[in-house]
Amino acid sequence: MTEHRTDVIQGTLDLLILKMLSAAPLHGYGITKRIEQISQGVFKVNPGSLLTALKRMERAGLLDSEWRNTEKSRRAKYYRLTKTGRRQLEVEAEDWDRRARAVGRLLKAEA
Amino acid sequence: MSIWRQLTHGLRSLVRRETADQEIRDEVAEFLDEAAAELVSRGMPVEDAKRAVRLKYGTAQGAREDVRSFGWEATVTSVLTDLRYGMRLLRRTPGFTTVAVLTLGLGIGSATAIYSAVRPVLFEPLPYPYPDQILSITDRNEDGAPLPVTFGTYRELVERSRSFQALSAFKPWQPVATGQGEPERLEGQRVSAAFFEVLGVTPALGRGFDSTDDRPGGPDVVILSHGLWRRLFGGDSTIIGRHMQLDGAAFRVLGIMPPEFEHLPRHPAHAWALLQYDASLPSFDGREWGHHLDVVGRVQAGIDADAAGFDLHGIAADPIPERPRPAWASMDQGIFVRPLRDAESATARPLLIALLGAVTLLLVIACVNVTNLLLTRGVRRRGEMAVRAALGAASPRLLRQLVTEGLLLAALGGTVGLAFAWFGVGALVSLSPPELPRVESITLNAAAFAFAAGVTGFVGIIAGAVPVVVIVTGGNLRRGLLRASRRTTGGHMAARGALVVAQVGLASVLLAGAGLLLRSMQRLSDVSAGLDPSDMVVMQVQWAAHGSDANAVHRFYTQSLAAVRELPGVVSAALTSQLPLSGDLDMYSVQSEDDAQLESGAPAYRYAVSPDYFATMRIPIVRGRSLPLTANPASPSVVVSESLARIAFDGRDPIGQRVHVGRPDLPAYTVVGVVGDVKQASLDAEAAEAAYVIPGEWYFADAARWLVVRTEGNAAMLIPFIKQAIWSVDSDQPVVRIATMEDLVVRSESQRRFALIALEAFALMAMVLAAIGLYGVVAGSVNERWHEIGVRSALGASRRRLLAHVIRQGMILTAVGILIGLAAAAIASETMVTLLFGVSRVDPVTYVGVALLLMAATGVATWIPAGRAAAIDPAHTLRAE
Repeated sequence: MTEHRTDVIQGTLDLLILKMLSAAPLHGYGITKRIEQISQGVFKVNPGSLLTALKRMERAGLLDSEWRNTEKSRRAKYYRLTKTGRRQLEVEAEDWDRRARAVGRLLKAEA
Repeated sequence: MSIWRQLTHGLRSLVRRETADQEIRDEVAEFLDEAAAELVSRGMPVEDAKRAVRLKYGTAQGAREDVRSFGWEATVTSVLTDLRYGMRLLRRTPGFTTVAVLTLGLGIGSATAIYSAVRPVLFEPLPYPYPDQILSITDRNEDGAPLPVTFGTYRELVERSRSFQALSAFKPWQPVATGQGEPERLEGQRVSAAFFEVLGVTPALGRGFDSTDDRPGGPDVVILSHGLWRRLFGGDSTIIGRHMQLDGAAFRVLGIMPPEFEHLPRHPAHAWALLQYDASLPSFDGREWGHHLDVVGRVQAGIDADAAGFDLHGIAADPIPERPRPAWASMDQGIFVRPLRDAESATARPLLIALLGAVTLLLVIACVNVTNLLLTRGVRRRGEMAVRAALGAASPRLLRQLVTEGLLLAALGGTVGLAFAWFGVGALVSLSPPELPRVESITLNAAAFAFAAGVTGFVGIIAGAVPVVVIVTGGNLRRGLLRASRRTTGGHMAARGALVVAQVGLASVLLAGAGLLLRSMQRLSDVSAGLDPSDMVVMQVQWAAHGSDANAVHRFYTQSLAAVRELPGVVSAALTSQLPLSGDLDMYSVQSEDDAQLESGAPAYRYAVSPDYFATMRIPIVRGRSLPLTANPASPSVVVSESLARIAFDGRDPIGQRVHVGRPDLPAYTVVGVVGDVKQASLDAEAAEAAYVIPGEWYFADAARWLVVRTEGNAAMLIPFIKQAIWSVDSDQPVVRIATMEDLVVRSESQRRFALIALEAFALMAMVLAAIGLYGVVAGSVNERWHEIGVRSALGASRRRLLAHVIRQGMILTAVGILIGLAAAAIASETMVTLLFGVSRVDPVTYVGVALLLMAATGVATWIPAGRAAAIDPAHTLRAE
């Protein structure tokens, strides 16, 4: 049985977080859940890396956070994109597209 | 913006650590709870859900650690943790901590104190705006040695040289200030007008000298130092333009120098007046052609000392008819030019370099010692380290922790060291020899603090890192875990042995240096000064009245001498113009009358003495008789020293020979007697050529004379009575430089004694540190081999054998260290040759003595742990297994 790798591709975690938050503010587990759902289980994000990344992005001014009650009325920290964060998402998404297409072309080329 | 956020967020989590930590806890817990809750909502039992979450996302603990280690504040936090942990360790081992902190304190403190003392002389530029452009210029005698410059030579250099912006000649001047309370003798200089221009400093108040005033009969004007102005006039600025009484004449105060101005050339000075020599150089006979001036010059920008020297040499080698030179100032040996900084530090430099070397050795020994102590402890902590590594601490983290401990120890040592340095600087200044320039600027200032901080950091890193390297390379930590509960010795013993060898070696070098100086001092105390200094009190009396006639001067001194002789307790008393070992250096050329050629003159110390001088000083009259009691200027008499008699008369009988002393145009002196040689400059000086005349037969009246009094004992008791006797003749004449002759003999050796005291102190500390180091190693090895020794003892090894076994180990290390150290000392002693007297720098007595002393000290250091080893109870050891 082969074990599929579920780590997020190096350097893309920030991009994924920005994308997940672009629709609506989410708390930590919410972000993980969305990533897992949308990637259909290909990627898994553990809380250590996620919360560290959130902290780093908040410091960089990409995110804002506040403690709020969840729909199940538990207290959780919700993250939201700032203006800078939104701009950063556009830049990074475009960059990723360009690079992904390039990698795709390279893999299809006759070597 | 981002940096600002970095800073504020980081600071917030540092300051409110509890809150920040709680937030991380909450967030992680919330994450995992949500995940579990979701599984539960799909129907999974709670316990299973929790396990599934843990499997998928890891533990809460791990996640928290990840988040916590983010940001710069995490580094700060972990450093603080290391510091707290280090502190706790140090508190738990007070013995270790005390020894290590004191050791480092001694090393850092001594180094800082010595650095403070040598910095102004060796490392700092002169405190003038153009420090590198100021040169010292001297004439040369036949041997090429520096000789003071004549005013005539100075004038010729001023007119012909093209390299200098300004040149100035100067000579010491010690006027007596009256009118402000007690008469006071000032330290001053008479300078030619460009003096302050050469140094590049102008008065802060008033103005500088005017070159048109620098002529014979020019106005009496004076410039004062800031300190003297504050002391004499309370900082009253209206003194500018007013008059003050100096040597009985009214001097107009021209200016006040800035507070930070320091007079460096030659002696410290606080008052400056104009030289006022005759620039037209009327004849070869006047003071204008006497070798008694110092000259400094500031070169034009872009010209260095070599180029300036070349320029002056060219002038020296090329006399021109418009500037005739007398034979004694012909400059045929060239002119000696060097930076003023070098000229000022020339005498003190060997001493300072020796001290700097010695204190560096001491610092290294202290550093080695603490490294060794930390290593001993590090080995003991190898188990702890291994456990921590096994629990997941990263290697760099462990390294950082040990270096933090080293730095912590060093910081404590550095603090103690500054306290030591503070005392050390005080001691150095109070012991400092007169040759040490810029003593006033020796303080524990910012530069010294920076130096101490630098040394502390360096020592801390070395002391912290070396044990880590040794432990890590001596066996990896995993093996350490296996060993944590065992009592085997490792490869680190070799490293520690090497450290002890280094320590003993370095201590040998210091001890050898101190030993050589000690032997030099012993040799010097055997040297006779040529006179009997016991029970003698001496003092210099200064005739302070300005411009009075020679008869008045002679009358005053004759009457004073008579009054002093009347005093009870006085055996005999005499007067002399210069006193042996007092620092006076008054030399004139002595030449035979029949010698047409002036070049053949020999330089000799000239003393104008009262006839009973020889009897009072107990200088033996070897041939002929003493000087006449009454003056006969038409047919004067001279007494010469044995050494002068030997070189001046080619083996002819000196008695009855006729010689010129100083001026060849005056009647020649007839040699009436020969006396024993006396040391004038210092005990280790060779030159003792001397010519003695009576004041009435000398062509000018010496204004300052020494009164030398032989007493019946307890010379110092008589001092106030002698002063009273002088003042009974004339109460306006200051009596200065009072001392006993024995003091002067001791003081003339103050530089060597200073070096000896400092080196002895360093050497003793080094020896103690080396002994402590050896003790640490032997005791450590006994501790580690406690088990092995117990087993040996159980197997029947006798107490003697165990003792011998341990002691042998210590002695081998010591012997190797001593051998290496003494070999190094033989080479290093090269630097202190000028401080030695009468001993070779590889003097066998010293070296054997050092070896024995170190063997004894380290013997004690090994005996204690050896005794402990022999006393180990085998039953105890075996039970412990």
